[in-house]
Amino acid sequence: MRDVCNSGTLFVVGVATAIAVLIPQIVNLYLVIVYSNLAIMALFALSLAWVWGYGGILCFGQSAFFGLAAYVYAVSVINIGESTAPFLLAVLVPTVFAAVIGALMFYGRVSDIYFAIITLCVTLILYSLISSTAGPQFHIFAARLNGQNGISGFRPLNLPGRSDDVLGPVESFYVCMTFLIGCYVALKFLLSSRFGRVVVAVRENPVRAELLGYDTRWTRTFVFTIGAAIAGLAGALFAVWGTYVNPSLFDLRMAALVIIWVVVGGLGTLAGPMVGAVALQYLGNVLGKQQLANTGMIYGFLLIVFVMLVPQGVFPTMQRLISRWSLRRSQYEMKLLGDDISKGMQGR
Amino acid sequence: MDLTLIICLDILNGIAMLAMISVGLAIVFGIMGVINLAHGEFLMLGAFAATVSTNAGVNVWVSMLIVAPLFVGIVGLVVERLLIRLLYGRMTDTLIVTWGLSLFLVGAVTTLFGYTIPGISAPLGSVKLGVYSFSAYRLVFTGLTALTFLVIWSFLKYTRWGIIARGTTQNPEMASALGHAPHRVYAITFFSGSAVTGLAGGLIAPLTGVVPTMGAIFVAKAFIAVIGGGAAIVAGTFAASSFFGAVDTLASFVWTPVIGQAAMLLAAIILLRLLPRGITGRFLERRI
Amino acid sequence: MTVGAPLLETQALTKRFGGVLAIDRIDFSVEPRELRCVIGPNGAGKSSFFKCLTGLARATSGRVLFMGQDITRADPCHIARLGIATKTQVPNVFDGLSVRENIWIAANRHSISGVQAMKASENTIQRLGLSTAANAVVGQLAHGARQWVELAMIVVANPKLVLLDEPTAGMSGAEIFRVEKLLNELKSTATIIVVEHDVKFIRRIASHVTVLHNGSILIEGPVATVLSDTRVRDVYLGRHSVT
Repeated sequence: MRDVCNSGTLFVVGVATAIAVLIPQIVNLYLVIVYSNLAIMALFALSLAWVWGYGGILCFGQSAFFGLAAYVYAVSVINIGESTAPFLLAVLVPTVFAAVIGALMFYGRVSDIYFAIITLCVTLILYSLISSTAGPQFHIFAARLNGQNGISGFRPLNLPGRSDDVLGPVESFYVCMTFLIGCYVALKFLLSSRFGRVVVAVRENPVRAELLGYDTRWTRTFVFTIGAAIAGLAGALFAVWGTYVNPSLFDLRMAALVIIWVVVGGLGTLAGPMVGAVALQYLGNVLGKQQLANTGMIYGFLLIVFVMLVPQGVFPTMQRLISRWSLRRSQYEMKLLGDDISKGMQGR
Repeated sequence: MDLTLIICLDILNGIAMLAMISVGLAIVFGIMGVINLAHGEFLMLGAFAATVSTNAGVNVWVSMLIVAPLFVGIVGLVVERLLIRLLYGRMTDTLIVTWGLSLFLVGAVTTLFGYTIPGISAPLGSVKLGVYSFSAYRLVFTGLTALTFLVIWSFLKYTRWGIIARGTTQNPEMASALGHAPHRVYAITFFSGSAVTGLAGGLIAPLTGVVPTMGAIFVAKAFIAVIGGGAAIVAGTFAASSFFGAVDTLASFVWTPVIGQAAMLLAAIILLRLLPRGITGRFLERRI
Repeated sequence: MTVGAPLLETQALTKRFGGVLAIDRIDFSVEPRELRCVIGPNGAGKSSFFKCLTGLARATSGRVLFMGQDITRADPCHIARLGIATKTQVPNVFDGLSVRENIWIAANRHSISGVQAMKASENTIQRLGLSTAANAVVGQLAHGARQWVELAMIVVANPKLVLLDEPTAGMSGAEIFRVEKLLNELKSTATIIVVEHDVKFIRRIASHVTVLHNGSILIEGPVATVLSDTRVRDVYLGRHSVT
């Protein structure tokens, strides 16, 4: 409990809660909808921040879980009508998928790089499969998959059990922020628990963890599955947010984006990637409106520059600069104190 | 009977395609340990170079066999000097930088050429085999792939440069102590790998749609082949391409090309589960 | 040596790496509460032997039996859970974590609760004199101190069998003396196998020694006898190959 209630965590939760409460009061509905999307992307980034930063598992295909959840929601809500079961299903399916793929890879002792590449392949294959589903023969009961055009116009979230009570933009924003803050706090609790400390140890030195008796394969599979569940939650929220899903959720760009957010925000923290996602997504929106340069070019360029110049990401670098500044201040103060003492000792 | 022959030729061609797009990556990964996620975009650049050059009037064979490899080789050299060299040993950072590079290249090419450009058609027409016809160019492609592999293999095994490259792979410090600066070896290696990739891109340009985003699925297939192949550059890529190429082509023939891709991925997951260090991690060890 | 069932036993244990035969049909056994030293020149197969015992490498053929149980194909984590604790040749610790965290994680595996693990790790920290360094990040400690932390992680786990691969490498005289004292304390509760090069150290702690050469056991027996055997000297000085 003590570990969770530290100043950093409380600061983040405080800021996020303030944002959640204040935003709908100060901005217009259109912006509330935009900010809901930013919250969803922050949640998506959080999932990879957990898996990669704390689990030490480099996953190139986190978008697979995101996209899968979105599609599962769309397909099931078209078939079922009321949104509660589809939403739960949307989180469950990628979780189970991750557990299976993860176990297959980790228990096979596949190396880190190979694991990363395989996950990339999984998301690309899902992209290929789903983008080739144009034509009426590709449907899951009542829901046509529509290939590149995607699925649109399905029901957004309604209050559980009351299918006519559909959530409006402000309520949806509250839902997104609640899930974001909730997952952040839940992960912080998990990290301060016995299991969480083992997770970090396995990341630090898997050989030593094994020699101490920890089954690193199981730990990693579990960490990976939790990350997929959070990514799935983000995907489900994305589907209800835009009521539109298409294969681009699985493509290379989506897979790259979430990695970029984590790298820029700061690998090894939970808050950094969330901020990175919000900042870069916002930047992307702004850039998307201009015609000067291709967005992909700018993103790619940014990524290269960031890794070359700020390899640990923005947050950790800022943290280091702040602590170095405060260390210098305290060293300076110690020096002043020392001078005073020596003056006193010389009887001046 | 003719159908069987056609299917066999198709499989051989599928293997050749996979082998050709993968071997450049295998060279760079095998000798430098670098994973270039912009590999698909290097292929794309090769395809674009060949297409643009042919459309500008240059002979199609010159475009494919000379212009494309040269262009992409030089691009590779620049990338190696400016970026890769600064990231030796930093595997994750290299992955991310090359990924950024791939996004940048796609964006740059889209900006310069738009989303589509006029393609080039396969030269040489077709060959009749009973009631079926088969593209003569595909046959030539298969032959050129075999030739390329032979050249690379001989180069690594018999020439002085090949031995230096293999020595640097195994023990860079020792090679350096003997007077062969690793960074020069790496620069030449990356240039060669990129040039071969450019050649591959040029050769496949008449066979697939040339668009800025064509690299994505190729990079996935190339990686599966290189990693499934294991440590040996030529033997590994050849073995993996044979296996995966056959799976892909057969599944594509029976069902659809998309199912072929999915089948290939499944085969990769199973193969890596059984042979975590790739095919040549267990069999054909210590081959080139 | 006391007569009885051996705690650890290998039967015709063989390990091949590619074309190299690292260990060749080794029949080795150690009794409970024994402190055995394994020595041999570089390349004799000592580390490969240890890797096969801990599960970090899989033996090509032969068997490893721990308390009668076949652990030849077992995973390292299962072997560790049976009560075998290992210090590897290059220290394997959690460099990014503090000394206290490191030891806590070692204790946690054998504790019912986090609090119990905390108590056990505090005990060990006190016992091994790590109180002042408890919050230091292990990666920043000197080589000898890191090895000492690794020994603390072994001690806190209350193992039945301790495998130490060169525990005193790079240590000062005072540090080596501390290790010796610790091993003498451990002898009463655990069985210990130590790979070492320091002859003076070996004489002070071991009762019996096994000498490995070219992947096989050259000679085994009481310390004094083995260390004065001319064959052993020849093997270390490379006088002529011993068959």
